[in-house]
Amino acid sequence: MTSIHIIVFLPLLAALVAGLGQRFIGAVASKTITTAGLFTASLLSWPIFIGFLNGSETAYVAPVMNWVQSGDLSFDWELRVDALTAVMLVVITTVSALVHLYSWGYMEEDPDQPRFFAYLSLFTFAMLMLVTANNLVQMFFGWEGVGLASYLLIGFWYKKPSANAAAIKAFVVNRVGDLGFMLGIFGVFWLFGTVSIPDILAAAPDKVGSSIGFLGFRVDTMSLLCILLFIGAMGKSAQLGLHTWLPDAMEGPTPVSALIHAATMVTAGVFMVCRLSPLFETSQFALDVVTIVGATTAIFAATVGLVQTDIKRVIAYSTCSQLGYMFFAAGTGAYGAAMFHLFTHAFFKALLFLGAGSVIHAMHHEQDMRYYGGLRKHIPLTFWAMMAGTLAITGVGIVGVGGFAGFYSKDAIIEAAFASHSTFHMYAFGIGVLAALLTSFYSWRLMFLTFFGTPRWAQSEHIQHAMHDHGDHDEHGHDHAHTHAGHDDGTAGYHPHESPLPMLIPLGVLTLGAIFAGFVFHGGFIEAETGKAFWANSTLFFNEHLMHAMHEVPMWVKLSSTVAMLTGLLVAYVMYQLSKDAPQRLASAFAPLYRFFLNKWYFDELYDAVFVRPAFWFGRLFWKQGDIGIIDRFGPNGSAAVVSFGSKLAVKMQSGYLYTYALVMLLGLVTAVSWMMVRT
Amino acid sequence: MELNASLSLVRPEIILSFSALALLLLAAWKDQAGRLISILAVAALGAAAAFTASALGSGASAPAFDGLMVNDAFGNFSKLLIYIAAAVSLTIAPRFLEKAGAMRAEYPVLIVLSCIGMGIMVSATDLISLYIGLELQSLSAYVLASFVRSDGRSAEAGLKYFVLGGLASGMLLFGASLVYGFAGSTSFAAIGLAMDKEVGLGLIFGIVFILSGLAFKISAAPFHMWTPDVYEGAPTPVTAFFASAPKVAAIALLMRVVLEAFGSQVLVWQQIIIAVALMSIIIGAVGAIGQQNLKRLMAYSSINNVGFILIGLATGTEQGIAAMLVYLTIYVAMTLGGFVCLMQLKDKDGNYREEFADIAGLSKTRPALAAAFAIFMFSLAGIPPLFGFWGKLVVFNAAVAAGLLPLAVIGIAASVIGAFYYLKVVKVMYFDDAADVIADSDDKVLVWTGGILAAANSPLGYFAIPVLGVWTAVAAKALF
Repeated sequence: MTSIHIIVFLPLLAALVAGLGQRFIGAVASKTITTAGLFTASLLSWPIFIGFLNGSETAYVAPVMNWVQSGDLSFDWELRVDALTAVMLVVITTVSALVHLYSWGYMEEDPDQPRFFAYLSLFTFAMLMLVTANNLVQMFFGWEGVGLASYLLIGFWYKKPSANAAAIKAFVVNRVGDLGFMLGIFGVFWLFGTVSIPDILAAAPDKVGSSIGFLGFRVDTMSLLCILLFIGAMGKSAQLGLHTWLPDAMEGPTPVSALIHAATMVTAGVFMVCRLSPLFETSQFALDVVTIVGATTAIFAATVGLVQTDIKRVIAYSTCSQLGYMFFAAGTGAYGAAMFHLFTHAFFKALLFLGAGSVIHAMHHEQDMRYYGGLRKHIPLTFWAMMAGTLAITGVGIVGVGGFAGFYSKDAIIEAAFASHSTFHMYAFGIGVLAALLTSFYSWRLMFLTFFGTPRWAQSEHIQHAMHDHGDHDEHGHDHAHTHAGHDDGTAGYHPHESPLPMLIPLGVLTLGAIFAGFVFHGGFIEAETGKAFWANSTLFFNEHLMHAMHEVPMWVKLSSTVAMLTGLLVAYVMYQLSKDAPQRLASAFAPLYRFFLNKWYFDELYDAVFVRPAFWFGRLFWKQGDIGIIDRFGPNGSAAVVSFGSKLAVKMQSGYLYTYALVMLLGLVTAVSWMMVRT
Repeated sequence: MELNASLSLVRPEIILSFSALALLLLAAWKDQAGRLISILAVAALGAAAAFTASALGSGASAPAFDGLMVNDAFGNFSKLLIYIAAAVSLTIAPRFLEKAGAMRAEYPVLIVLSCIGMGIMVSATDLISLYIGLELQSLSAYVLASFVRSDGRSAEAGLKYFVLGGLASGMLLFGASLVYGFAGSTSFAAIGLAMDKEVGLGLIFGIVFILSGLAFKISAAPFHMWTPDVYEGAPTPVTAFFASAPKVAAIALLMRVVLEAFGSQVLVWQQIIIAVALMSIIIGAVGAIGQQNLKRLMAYSSINNVGFILIGLATGTEQGIAAMLVYLTIYVAMTLGGFVCLMQLKDKDGNYREEFADIAGLSKTRPALAAAFAIFMFSLAGIPPLFGFWGKLVVFNAAVAAGLLPLAVIGIAASVIGAFYYLKVVKVMYFDDAADVIADSDDKVLVWTGGILAAANSPLGYFAIPVLGVWTAVAAKALF
């Protein structure tokens, strides 16, 4: 029993106790157990991470039990601890612990809190299972576990039809990716005869150049396997094509969005690519695919994020875009930079989500930014936290001096893309800079719409409801309502309140992360020498030359992302602070483009036409014609009709008259005798 | 064969014969002693059972009366089952018969006489002794069916049973005479020897007629028509008796005749047994669905179960016979339990109720009774983990092992149909609105008997498997 066992299994234990025992121990105890469990896990995780950073820890594998022993397939359940795991451990346990704490405040009025906390802890366990996996099957177990927890949490408010639909969508879209992952695992086992990750990575270079028959074609083995695995990563990390579930997943409670759909689960794909990076390095084609998909996602999600009005959806598309960054960093060979961006992003994106949750909390569950405005003075702490998050995500900093977390990680990705020699590195670089501009624009747009300007709360139905409910309790309710209408400052008389302490503490901690995570840790992650020492303790393929080259790119490259960031800020300032009608004019001037972005590049419509409707059509065909028409008719219903007919016949024959009975007996006898005569 | 040695081999029958005569004398002397005589009859059955039980484990086989009868493990096992079933039928009867005004001393005496007949049936190794035993049992049964003379339904049941039983006896006797004529002997062993050679049409006809006559006794289709009417009309304790002890006796008799006398002509009797088994299973399952009367339902249930038991016989293997004996044992417990539950259905005026409508919502007013009833129904339907499942399992297992896969498949499919009406009972008790006609039970005997039988049918029954397995295996071996 080492600390890693405690880190991994404490959340499971807490989830079981809180989930199954909530009736006996009550809500407060359930919440305390899960939260305390996660904080303990987090406190145990940091020493491991620090140990790897300063070189006092080396990679090891902690056994749990023998898991499967079936013919050639044999593997153990074990916990792999190396530098890569350590990074994920601190990200997962820290964000999860903070989100648990945050939920004390955010979910305060929810009647099902123990269930919520149990799901959160269950999710954390599954995620830890995924990142400590030493074989692909265990990774898949964690992979499915987080998928399940994500499904449960998106649909946590299961009475809301939109939440249920979003949960199912997330699950189904992820199945597509999971199919790829599964095929990848099958292929790996078929090729290498093992599912152990170290063994696979060691054997991979020998298989370069081999080919395999797949769907009737001869294809390069390594490319095929990597792309199949990458399809799994695309699903979980919401990359272009399989991204449609992520924005809808915002139906879940905001803490869930922060934990699962920003900091941890969606980064599982990036983690998987990094974990298997030596495998991906054997196929340039697969890396090119990763680069193109990642870069395209980065720009796609950024463009859609420009025009969203729901505060959580803006951040969701932002997440999608940032994940694209991580992937194209991996695709261009800068795995260290990808992991670094994953690490910093976890802090500032969780911060942004939790900050958004705080705003939503203050604004009585209004999520539309068009009905915000001027909140800076009312919720100053939330404002400053969000400001730190925005500065971090837009990458504010001065080249050569220092800056916020995103400054280090995002600039490293952009520079590495430039310095790389892979086929599509300039595509990735160009898009990286352009997406940085867009990121800056939509992030500042969010800030300006929410915190600056004058209040526009009066049009919000949520605020109106809040005031109306309030008015009912008021003796002078009617007069009061009239005075509301009289407010011409746009507040409708509503007074937003700063969030309670359990929500502010996580914001504070994450603010520190958003400010300092880049400055403190960039050495270990991306500097050529220290990074090499750090990543040597893991399976991550650390491209030392690329990291050197990254620092020697021309000055204009280094400055490009800062310029892009400033441009985005400037445009946002002009559009949303100086000129009030600029957004409308721009939207009408470029109406087709605006609609294209607003409708998310019509992906949902496309999928609806290509997959969903045909699937429903087939489903209805099989249901009406196949199931009801054939199987039910001739199966259960048919046999039931035969039986009930037989029953009526039997009752009718049971006439009660002796001669009938005697006749039946004699007929039976005669039949038997005749049969025997014929037979012999 | 020495007479004394022979007499020592039929001690249970001797005990019961003297008891029956003594009890009859007692009854003549003391007219209103129905209950006392019942208790004494149960004691006599207990004594007889003790003698058979003491010989259970041994595989010894001793012929008696110059080959008319045999004392072996098979006969002893069957007798024990019969005596226990008869004792239960005696124990649960008094209140019912008192209510009907018919708690007379003849009831226990007739049951004991019937048991003597059944004892002879299961140990008979000659067509003559077979017939003697069968008629002794049958004649007692005819009277028992019409025991409540004041009740028209009871009288009708007795008459129907008597007439059709007479017809069946005629068939049996005709078949026996054909077999005697062509084989030259009435002894099973001698018939078996004759069968080893080429058999002519006459002998085959003989087999068919004998099997038809016996099929009537076990109420196998298409000789089952009397069963629903007689079961419904006869007083409920008598129905419980009919459904248990005579079934065991007749099936055991059938097993012995088929295997010892006709054993070498497997192809001839196997076809008939398979056909009869399938018809019984299907008619028992399908016929029950339309019933509103719970006693009629139990009648169809017994037809259905006999079909399953005959699957074991159709295999003709030792495993099949052992499986049949296991099934029979469990069946006796299930069906007696079902009738014990039925007998507790009394309304506030003390009248016995037996319609589906009466037990609606029984779980709300009589939860324990409803639970016991549900256990018997689930067990009869063969739903695991109840003990009834085990019986079906071993029988189907034997059928599959003997290569009768289609028969097993049809049997399992039909048991699904059968499950419908068993579950309907549970559904009516648990999910329908309470009819509230059933009053609380005041009969501790029934409550205790029901409880014990329910425990035997519950998964607790599985503890009996090791012992039951050994006894049935030894008993089955005696026939080969």
